[in-house]
Parts: sequence; structure tokens; C-alpha cells
Amino acid sequence: MQKPIKKLLIANRGEIAVRIIRAARELDIRTVVVCSEADIDSQAVRLADEHALIGPAQAAKSYLDKDKVLAVAKEVGADAIHPGYGFLSENASFAEACEQSGIVFVGPSASAIRTMGDKAAARTAAMAAGVPVVPGSDGEVGSLEGAIEAAGVIGYPVMIKAAAGGGGRGIRIAKDEAELCQQYPIAVAEATSAFGNGAVYLERFIASARHIEVQVLGDGTSVIHLFERDCSIQRRRQKIFEEAGSPVLDEATRKALCASAVKLAEAVAYRGAGTLEYLFDSESGEFFFIEMNTRIQVEHPITEMITGVDLLKAMLRIAAGESLPYSQQDITRRGHAIEVRINAEDPEKQFMPCPGLVGDIVWPQGPGVRIDSLLRAYYQIPAYYDSLLAKLIVWDESRPAALARLKRSLGELSIAGVKTTQPLFLALLETDAVKSGEYDTNWLERWMSGKREEQKPAESTAGSAI
Amino acid sequence: MAQLTICSHLPGTFYRKPSPDSPMFVEEGQYVEAGTVIALLEVMKMYSEVVTEVSGRLVRFEVAAESSVEPGDVLAILETE
Repeated sequence: MQKPIKKLLIANRGEIAVRIIRAARELDIRTVVVCSEADIDSQAVRLADEHALIGPAQAAKSYLDKDKVLAVAKEVGADAIHPGYGFLSENASFAEACEQSGIVFVGPSASAIRTMGDKAAARTAAMAAGVPVVPGSDGEVGSLEGAIEAAGVIGYPVMIKAAAGGGGRGIRIAKDEAELCQQYPIAVAEATSAFGNGAVYLERFIASARHIEVQVLGDGTSVIHLFERDCSIQRRRQKIFEEAGSPVLDEATRKALCASAVKLAEAVAYRGAGTLEYLFDSESGEFFFIEMNTRIQVEHPITEMITGVDLLKAMLRIAAGESLPYSQQDITRRGHAIEVRINAEDPEKQFMPCPGLVGDIVWPQGPGVRIDSLLRAYYQIPAYYDSLLAKLIVWDESRPAALARLKRSLGELSIAGVKTTQPLFLALLETDAVKSGEYDTNWLERWMSGKREEQKPAESTAGSAI
Repeated sequence: MAQLTICSHLPGTFYRKPSPDSPMFVEEGQYVEAGTVIALLEVMKMYSEVVTEVSGRLVRFEVAAESSVEPGDVLAILETE
């Protein structure tokens, strides 16, 4: 059922709020942005048609307060709420509350958020749709014999993981049966002492994994893909450098990967923009689904650059009840795009956050260059939210040309007054790994620890953090 | 007896416990060893520990839990022997 959106409440801040305002304005939709006391002077507040103050700086008392956000939406007469990313974007009960209030939640149904937000349920849904998942034991393995049997099916090397573990704790790796026999009892003992529960399960260990994700758009009936993004350059599991497409996929694998994403999204009758994340084993060429993000993502612009599709506008049109504005044949891939995240952090000091007063800004310009940012000159960056200041996105016809354009653009960029991650990207562009596209999800950490080793004597006088 | 001030080096939000449901790191009046974590500072979603450099009695906190602090603000007073 079509119900045009006339007034949109933006339940977010920063660059994504600005991005949503721009998309809405082009669709002739009036915008209201909610803001905390710390954001009253923000670019989003300046650009939106209206704003509504919803509480103090702390996100828990403002941007994360579902009741307050919903009350404001009703008060201002908004037909729809766009949650952006983070905050309430993957909160199924908020999506439900919107639905019950007759306000359109710009995103999937509460049930799709619930299913895909639960890793175990998403894994089950993937298996049911015939999408490969990381091979693992069927639940816990109760004995060494059980572990050997499961490893025979999964294939070595395997990870022995504590069922009660998390965040990388309680993991041991065995490359063959002999190591499994040796490691299994240790893993069980460690799990018992660390988590009070000796249960362990097995999973295939992928030594050289890449993080590749597929962008999809669905209208609740049909789903299309907009190709993949490679986000393997990560620091502490945070993406900092993303490219579309992946430099390591051949056309047959790309086709199979994207088709599997469409199949899974169709299986959950997906509506809106979503991303299916995969691990790609560079050695075997296999890909495995790991989880789905049921929202727009930070790195969406690189997909927009290679396909020409405005994902935010598509989200709003789908939310208004339109069928998918594109069919799969309309989506073609052209050239190569790269995004780097300019964060207010000091790469020389363990990425210490650097909020503060921004001075003059020079943005790079020219063909194939795009900036999505919350900044303007003489803006006081608040200390309460994440450190993302701007996304520098470049496009060119080939990967080497895009890398050259990125280097040129980073050279033009100047943000006075605060430390940023800009020098890190200039250094990264000089590495063989980035030039060749041969990196995995652990590469950046390895590269940085190598650099720290080189710099050790010079760093001995550096001050210490609190 | 000497009184020392523990100051913030960063702007951010001051927390006296590791999570909303946890007990306080330390109570006012409590004796703390050097190297004890007495609070957290959240800056741009990253947390830094506020650690005592010397042993002593934590006389009082000068800022309320979950309030905003600026660099140089006195966070707590410590009494050493």
C-alpha cells in the first residue's frame, strides 16, 4: 500500500543525518532532526527544516530513548522515521512501536530485524536458504572422540571455541588431529575455569579471511543486489578503508556470492536496504555468510559510486510502499570506488580520540571525489559520540586510478585544529598490500605493530595516556 | 599527610563504575593502592581508566558520576601519608 512520506523524522546525528536530509530534500520530503543538547549547533540541525531537542548529551538519555523519539515524531506530525545507523536502527521493539503508532519505520519489519539480528537465528535461516555458513560442529562436542569426528567433517584447521566465551576469548586452534588431541582437554579446562562452563564447539579456522559484504535492496517481495564491498582493512574490528568491488573476487565467485545474498534476503521477505556480511577464504576461494546488518551502513557511498543508485532515496521510496525502483538488470557495476574514514583520532598516539575546535577546512574537489561529513569550519566537535568526522569517497574507472585519485584527494584535504586519521591513509597507500589489494582482516594490525617496532626508540619519551 | 588532586587529561564523561549494574570502583573514604582504577572517562566512545599513581585514602570525588569534564578538571582528592 502506498503512503507518501511528507514529513520525515531523522532519529540520528552526524554525517548520516546530513546524508538523510539531502536524500529527503531531493524527494520533496520535509525533515525534522532530533538532537541532544551537545548537537544543537550541528550541521544536521542547520540543514533540516526543523529540529527537536530530545535530551542531554548522553546517548542513553537522548538518541537511544525510544519513547522520547516516538513522542517527538507524533508531536511534529512525522509520517516516517529514518533511524540511520547505530542508535535505534536495529532495535526491533522500536520498529514495532513505530508500526503500532502508524509511523513508518524506514527499514525492515521488526521480525526481520529480530531474525537477522540474532546470529544463531541468522545462521539457521542461511542454512535453510542453502547459503554457506562457516562450517562448524552441530552444537557442542561432548568428548574428544566427538571432536575428532566433527573435525573430520568440518576440515582442518579448526577452532575450539568455548560455548560461553565471546570477544575472542576461549579460543584454541588445531591444525590436525594430533593437535586437536593435545588442545581439546586444555580448551575444556580453560573454558571451565574462565567461564564456569566446560562446553566447547568447533568451527573451521580461516587463516586468511577477508570481510566481503553484499548490499541488497528489497521491497518485501523481491530483492536485488548492488554488488559487494571489501572491508577487510580493519582495526579492532572497526572498518577504516573500504572498496567496491573486492579486488580478489573473480566474476564467477562474485556472481555466486551476490546470488546467495539475494536468496537469503528473499527468504526473510526483506524490505529496505540491508547488508549481508561474509568471510571469504582467500586460500580456498570459499565464502561463508556470517551475519546481516538490517540498516544502511557507513560505507554505503562506495556502492552508490559504482552503481549510480542513491540508496537513501531508494530506502525512502520503499518505505513509502513503492515497489523496488530498480530491477536487477538496471544495476550495473562501473569502475572502482574507495572510502576512507577521517576520524578525530591521533594515529601517532594509539588512536587517542581528539575532540576539539575545528579551524579552517579545505575539502578535496574534482572529478570522482565525494565528501560525506558533519563538519564545517569553526565547529566544536563534541566528545560524546563516535569520532567519525568525514568520509572521503573516490571513484575512478579502475582500481589503480582510484588509488591515485585517493592519494591526490588526501593531499588536498586539510582540517585544522584537530588530529585526524588522514596521515594513516597516506601511509597505507604506500604499502604493497594496499597497492596490490592483498590483505586480510588482520593485516592492518600486523602492519601497525611492525611500524611500532620500527619506531620504538623514538617513542620512549612519549607521554602516557590516563 | 599531603593532599593530591587527580585531574582529567581529556574532555569527556566521567563514570564511577564499569557498567550501570556494577558496584562503584571505589567509595569515598576508602584506602586505595597505587595503580587502582578509580573511574573511567569516556571520550568519543572510547574508555580510559583513571588510575591512582600513589597509595592513599580517597577523600572525595570532585565531580558527580556521569557528568561532563574538561581537561584539567579535578576529579578526586587523595590523601597520602
